[in-house]
Amino acid sequence: MTGLRRRLLGPLVRRPAAGSWALLTPGLLWLLLFFAVPLAVLLGYSVMQRGTYGGVAPGFTLEHYRRFSDPIYLSIVWRTLWIALATTVLCLLLGYPVAYAIARAGRWRAALLFLVILPFWTSFLVRTYAMIVLLRGSGVVNTLLAALGLTATPLELLYTPGAVLAGLVYGYLPFMILPIYASLERIDLDLLDAAEALGARGPARFRRVILPLSLPGVAAGSLLVFIPALGAFLTPDLLGGAKSMMLGNLVQNQFGPARNWPFGSAVSFALMGVVFVALLVWLRVRDAEERA
Amino acid sequence: MRRPLPRALAWIVAGVFLLLHLPVVVLVAYSFNAARYSAAWSGFTLHWYAALLERPDILRALRLSLVVASTSTLLATVLGTLVAMALARARFRGSRLIEGGLYLPIVTPEIVAGISLLILFAAVQVPLGVGTVIVAHTAFCLPFVAVVVLARLRGMDRTLEEAALVLGADELTAFRRVTLPQLAPGILAGALLAFTLSLDDFVITFFVAGPGATTLPVLVYSMVRRGVEPTINAVSTLLVVLTTLAVGVAARVDGARRA
Repeated sequence: MTGLRRRLLGPLVRRPAAGSWALLTPGLLWLLLFFAVPLAVLLGYSVMQRGTYGGVAPGFTLEHYRRFSDPIYLSIVWRTLWIALATTVLCLLLGYPVAYAIARAGRWRAALLFLVILPFWTSFLVRTYAMIVLLRGSGVVNTLLAALGLTATPLELLYTPGAVLAGLVYGYLPFMILPIYASLERIDLDLLDAAEALGARGPARFRRVILPLSLPGVAAGSLLVFIPALGAFLTPDLLGGAKSMMLGNLVQNQFGPARNWPFGSAVSFALMGVVFVALLVWLRVRDAEERA
Repeated sequence: MRRPLPRALAWIVAGVFLLLHLPVVVLVAYSFNAARYSAAWSGFTLHWYAALLERPDILRALRLSLVVASTSTLLATVLGTLVAMALARARFRGSRLIEGGLYLPIVTPEIVAGISLLILFAAVQVPLGVGTVIVAHTAFCLPFVAVVVLARLRGMDRTLEEAALVLGADELTAFRRVTLPQLAPGILAGALLAFTLSLDDFVITFFVAGPGATTLPVLVYSMVRRGVEPTINAVSTLLVVLTTLAVGVAARVDGARRA
């Protein structure tokens, strides 16, 4: 009995690699079967012929990747990139001051951090829906504007690229604030005192000492916002109109109404490609920073 | 960093916090608004909550969401914790690769993960339903649990466990009485993350659920698509309360354990 117990539970405590594989296998198998294999199938589909009623037909082709040169699809690629980029920049502009304020908030720090983390636990769908309640024609914002006599007819706020941008910024802002806060919080206060003693005050101290030291947080936060924004589906689906379709919506469209599975698969891989380029750039930047 | 904030900065910060919380606060407030279509306030009512009780589909979806979230949390927590333990305990061929690979599902756009699972299930002719939803949720929650538990393991004091072994505890006892209690907050944090991720997930579920397995987010989505109505405000409020409760309970458990 003890022997069996020892054999089964030994790996949990001891170190050998054999035991590690015993612990790893179930989890890795799960990810292999339900994450890696599906992606491989998707990759395969992206170079196959289109089936007549959806699905795929045998035969190798690269035509689905070539379709990206079509202006219609090219414009969706560009829109996706600029919306994701604009989301990141806006989150940075709004998030940095907040992170800075929390880092020096003293006894309010915990409470403010809690307020930043709270949206993480709130359903993303509910938060996106909340934007509809605010922005729609007879929504809160328009009702307020009309009541104040600022507008005669309701503004068309919803179903625009602007609404998508607002929804994404609102959705991903905490991802920007938290890493910047983490890097600001780590700054050694002695460094700031030293900067002051050496004559750097106010703006100069911020620009020459605080800002450079917080750049790793800025880089991490930008990545954490940019990547999900690139792959956004729900936000443009609910808040956007026909003119704010992003790559995520194109994927769904090809597997849904358009019934072109191979092209949908190719779009998925283009999306993955952009995500990986973003990751690589970030890794490069991080390594350069670490060397510096 | 000790002087007060410049006034302009303080206003910006206040504005951002308002932006971050106002939408949900407004949503919750409107779930008690008597007006059906307009955004003008026309009195307090619980009517929309009462209306929920007459919607068996909402209650069914809520129950299904809870079943899916608890099952996939359990699976993802066990599998993810084991993976984290293996990675924390040994450097072996491929361990760095595996650790890096754990981030792959985390950065993959949900729409891609959902679609690829959908075509896999279609290719091997597995009927879509509760089973496929649980399988998918376990898959996307597992890496999050593994990463969170791994971070905890790396920061943990291992000498205690070694001391227990030296003092004659067998491996099971050392694991159960020393390692596990030390690791518990990490596992709890991972499980909580998995539970909320699963409870919240719309995109992946949307593709792998099929018509028979409508979770609450999928149902809310279809209600939103049909048009804005006050019952959605009420369901949304319930969903917010539900996740807040889960976080509150977890914080309580953690706090009580530490005290």
